[in-house]
Amino acid sequence: MKKRLLTLALCGAMALSLAACGGGNSGSNPPADSGSSDGGNSASGSVYYLNFKPEQDGDWQALAQAYTAETGVEVKVQTAASGQYEATLMSEMAKTEAPTLFQVNGPVGLANWKDYCYDMSGSALAGELSSDDFALMDGSSMSGIAYVIETYGIIVNTKLLGDAGYTMDDIKSFADLKRVAEDITARSGELGFSAFTSAGMDGSSDWRFKTHLANLPIYFEYEADGIGDTDAIKGTYLDNYRAIWDLYINNCTCAPTLLSAKTGDDSVAEFVTEQAVFYQNGTWAYGDVADVGEENLGMLPIYIGVGDEANQGLCTGTENYWCVNKNASPEDIQATLDFMYWCVTSETGLEYLCSGDHMGFVIPFKGNLESSNLLVNIANDYVANGTTSIKWCFPTMPSEEWKNVLGSALTNYAADQTDANWETVRAAFVDNWAAEKSK
Amino acid sequence: MEKSIKRYFPVFLGPTFLAFIIGFIVPFIMGLYLSLCDFRTVTDAKFVGLSNFAKAFQDAEFLHAFLFTAAFTVVTVVLINVVAFAVAMVLTQNIPGTNIFRTTFFMPNLIGGIVLGYIWQLIFNGILARYDLALKISAKYGFWGLVIVLCWQQIGYMMIIYIAGLQSIPGDLNEAAQIDGANGWQRLWNVTIPNMMPSITICTFLTLTNGFKLFDQNLSLTAGEPMKQTEGLALNIFNTFYTRVGWQGVGQAKAVVFFILVVGLGLLQLRMTRSKEVQQ
Repeated sequence: MKKRLLTLALCGAMALSLAACGGGNSGSNPPADSGSSDGGNSASGSVYYLNFKPEQDGDWQALAQAYTAETGVEVKVQTAASGQYEATLMSEMAKTEAPTLFQVNGPVGLANWKDYCYDMSGSALAGELSSDDFALMDGSSMSGIAYVIETYGIIVNTKLLGDAGYTMDDIKSFADLKRVAEDITARSGELGFSAFTSAGMDGSSDWRFKTHLANLPIYFEYEADGIGDTDAIKGTYLDNYRAIWDLYINNCTCAPTLLSAKTGDDSVAEFVTEQAVFYQNGTWAYGDVADVGEENLGMLPIYIGVGDEANQGLCTGTENYWCVNKNASPEDIQATLDFMYWCVTSETGLEYLCSGDHMGFVIPFKGNLESSNLLVNIANDYVANGTTSIKWCFPTMPSEEWKNVLGSALTNYAADQTDANWETVRAAFVDNWAAEKSK
Repeated sequence: MEKSIKRYFPVFLGPTFLAFIIGFIVPFIMGLYLSLCDFRTVTDAKFVGLSNFAKAFQDAEFLHAFLFTAAFTVVTVVLINVVAFAVAMVLTQNIPGTNIFRTTFFMPNLIGGIVLGYIWQLIFNGILARYDLALKISAKYGFWGLVIVLCWQQIGYMMIIYIAGLQSIPGDLNEAAQIDGANGWQRLWNVTIPNMMPSITICTFLTLTNGFKLFDQNLSLTAGEPMKQTEGLALNIFNTFYTRVGWQGVGQAKAVVFFILVVGLGLLQLRMTRSKEVQQ
């Protein structure tokens, strides 16, 4: 009898503790919900934004809070880790509480997610676009709207360049860039710095080369052939791609065999601590490099020795398109559209998006503010001086797989720069393009 | 007592069983179904039959991943078991500080695979950088790097199982053999190892399946670099599922193939080592 009592008591204790757990859960869930239902009578929906840009996570969180404080509508912002956006999106989309606002990188990304994209044509947000070119169309449906225009090139520490005896005006072509970089390398012992920051091929940095640098041979090939996309790339300018890659990896802060282990942070650190003159990256990196000092920053086009180099500008475009989840509830869709509209029209929203203290974006909307992002202003100067911007063609790259294979091949080649290894890069670029496009 | 166990067993088994259903059975059945589907998100799938399996078997990278994993498993099963057994033998010899050694050897097992992979990546790269080399430039470095990490992590765990096994061998068996004139090797081969077969069964089973299931360490240490040369089966499945647009179903099909493979090998190994176990 005593034993049975003990068993009963134990069972009771267990049941209680289970109930306590359950109670704990049901206690912690409602506040999240009640936040939105208390929020406002007009807007009963809520917003869940799956953000692509890790570097702007903090700003988006703050902006979401500001919006909630102003309107009472709950906005949840989650940011995927660098390189993990598609994977995160895939698992988040399967949830009941799926993202209401997500992004695709262009036509190729859209092909994967078009069944989930709400048609935004006729929305207030679409009306704010400064040009219809920034809408991503799937037939007649406006599936995506670009929210940022970005520019990349070679960021230069002009002070170090001066120490090496050159000015920005000395570099007007690939031949100039090569001459200057190789001269700096030859004298790096005496100068105390290298030409390029390490071309890190770690996942946090390899997109600068497998995507952004690879854009140049693709762009020039598209231009030469008068096309905007292709199922079979020819690789006309691959020799130029090899030349610039050789220049990067053989004139940087470390041995080319070490590049596979170098990260994006390493490059930034090398640039900011004045170990290197050139750093390939874009306007989004201003926050990272601002410590160098405004007067010491410049930007150069990425010359690869093709086309009219005298008039070549920086690479400008977008691979960030907002999409609204069609499968969300109508209230949530409305709340999301309202939030997006607010972001690009309200004073607070514009301040966060455009100010150099926050995200420092150039946005393709009528409300775009004058930027305090120095790199953006440099990019504007290039356009004002009549140079031809290089378009972003990489949204037409066949797949993430294509980029990854190319990145691996580049890393492999960097460690052992033989023609055979370059042939692997060529195969990853040309053959795999056709293979991936046909899938 | 028996009666109350009968009466109350749902209370004790229920929660675990429920968790097992939610966390294992349901995803497993969903996975089986999804391997026959074309899908983007797991809750929204279209049935396509066996085409995913056809694609999976045509994938040369999948085959390479299988060979890599097989080679890796053979090497680690042998290394881990031999070293763990040897360490267990040493640490049951009544030498001073035995407990400190046991604890220290066991500790790596308490660290998760991802963390371990990154830490060892720093260590390896730190050493290789002295010679202007890096871990990800050669499949050889990646392979042996993974072997070292897995050995470092698992030897301590297997060692504990072997120590328990060694301690359960009755001392009089060895003593009798010694009196009969058997030397150290003879006692090891004819007394200790036959009596250790249950532990050996468990340890080979664990190391075999762990070798095949290797994922965390693979992802964080080499991520398959260079050029997918160090990509194991589990990582290949993960990459197929998550980084290839429209290949989610194929990844799922690979996972089903993987499951059958691991279960088959595990059962085969159990049968082989079980048959060698002796009853005391």
